[in-house]
Amino acid sequence: MIEIQHMTKRFATQSGTVVALRDISLSIRDRDIYGIIGMSGAGKSTLVRCINMLERPDEGTVVVNGREMNNLNAAELRAARREITMIFQQFNLLMQRTCLKNICFPMELAKVPKAEAVKRARELLELVGLPDKADAYPAQLSGGQKQRIAIARALATNPKVLLCDEATSALDPNTTHSILQLIRKINQELGITVVIITHQMSVVEEICNRVAILDEGTVVEEGEVQAIFSNPQSAAARRLVFPGGAARSEMLPGRRMVRVAFNGTQTTDKPLVASLAIECGALVSIVAADTRIVNGQTLGSMLLALPESREDAEKAMAYIRNYPGITCEEVEA
Amino acid sequence: MSALFASEEWQVLMDNLPTLPFATWESFYATILSTFLALVIGIPLGVLLVAGEQGGVLPLPRWLMQLLNVVINLLRSVPFLILMIFVIPLSQAIVGTSIGTVASIVPLVIASFPFVSRLVESSLREVDGGVIEAAQSMGATPMQIIAKVMIPESMPSLISNITIALTTILGYSAMAGIIGGGGLGQIAINYGYYRYKYLIMAVATALLVVMVQVFQSLGTWLATHCDKRLRR
Repeated sequence: MIEIQHMTKRFATQSGTVVALRDISLSIRDRDIYGIIGMSGAGKSTLVRCINMLERPDEGTVVVNGREMNNLNAAELRAARREITMIFQQFNLLMQRTCLKNICFPMELAKVPKAEAVKRARELLELVGLPDKADAYPAQLSGGQKQRIAIARALATNPKVLLCDEATSALDPNTTHSILQLIRKINQELGITVVIITHQMSVVEEICNRVAILDEGTVVEEGEVQAIFSNPQSAAARRLVFPGGAARSEMLPGRRMVRVAFNGTQTTDKPLVASLAIECGALVSIVAADTRIVNGQTLGSMLLALPESREDAEKAMAYIRNYPGITCEEVEA
Repeated sequence: MSALFASEEWQVLMDNLPTLPFATWESFYATILSTFLALVIGIPLGVLLVAGEQGGVLPLPRWLMQLLNVVINLLRSVPFLILMIFVIPLSQAIVGTSIGTVASIVPLVIASFPFVSRLVESSLREVDGGVIEAAQSMGATPMQIIAKVMIPESMPSLISNITIALTTILGYSAMAGIIGGGGLGQIAINYGYYRYKYLIMAVATALLVVMVQVFQSLGTWLATHCDKRLRR
């Protein structure tokens, strides 16, 4: 569906040419929720802008829905962009238009008859859960509501691909969660392929099925999210996957490591590490942890070192696997 | 007090009182018409200054942008008093005379459209680049971005700046009194400067001040009331 091959993008700056993207090749399948993750300055935003040609790659090709984006003329490109829409970190709504008119905007550009556009806009307001905000102006909305309106606007022209450029980075964790749920719903119900640019591991963890890790303009790792999380190969992937950038096997030689992700476990539930010790008799060490509590739910991840004895380790692993509200995978640290 | 009423100053004011309403009207319409024409020329130029630059929505050849900038700066740097004299032949060619209110509109427009284009430029530059990028990502043409994004999104700022232009042009129109431009400016200069009758000059000036106040209040009210970014 989206096929990027040997794409390179350079920028001319005052201090010489900077290579923002170097020989990127990716293929994103239909109905994927594809994460592209990396630190700031890794080239994520440039990469996503090369998909809809807001930035022109210097080398390589981008094929979306069988159409080679590099070779389209201006009018063809405008038509193609109606099928590849985008949402942004700063929402980028028109501040002098009501929400309804913001959603009508792309249809206005496409010369959709007004009555039809208004009808569709109202349906979309319903879909994003803000039917009462039709006549409100963006300044009257919260960040999460603005992003919902931006999503409705992006869906107005029935796109096949939705590009999300740090769409949740300006939102608090709770709002991030609800926006991600909405994006998942769009992906599942409307069959729209989603590309998510983010620096937040939790975003990839929550909704992506595949992920590419971008570091200094190159894809250092790419594949199924579960596979990459359980066995990150590159230094950049380790930095992202392991909380606090930790996980050195030399710290606890010979111990098996398990990565535990809390996906909204109730804080009132019994505590994992203590339960392991009491109910299972397994003494695990916390190698690293990066968790936070949002509205009574625990989010984030923890890296545990299992007991040294093989038997105890197996027992602990089985216990963790059956523990409610968490996902876990053994990692090679 | 009675000395004032008996003075020559008072006499001159009384004699000319009937002409003041018409002079006020002349100043008013010279200003409004000149501002309107300056906007007709200045707004498209202001749009070109922003849209036409490299990386803008409608990039124009570099030499053309440089030419545009030089011409605008050149016209802006000629003092209005000198410019009025320069364009006398032009006024004569266009309106058939170089004196009177109608004739003063020619130098007023020429002096103010470059100023207006700079004001429009600065208003349009306030539009968030992200919003323009969003419109591009939706497949907007350059003209659609100008007409549906840049201008509507900067409307409050445009109205504020047009108000500035209006009050400045009113000031210029009074200056045009020197070369026989008509209106309140001419009364103030003819009586105050040439005949030392300060009272009537003060009254004519007061009328100009009132006009500026009215224009400014109206403009400020409009600019704030059309701005949907303000929560009310």
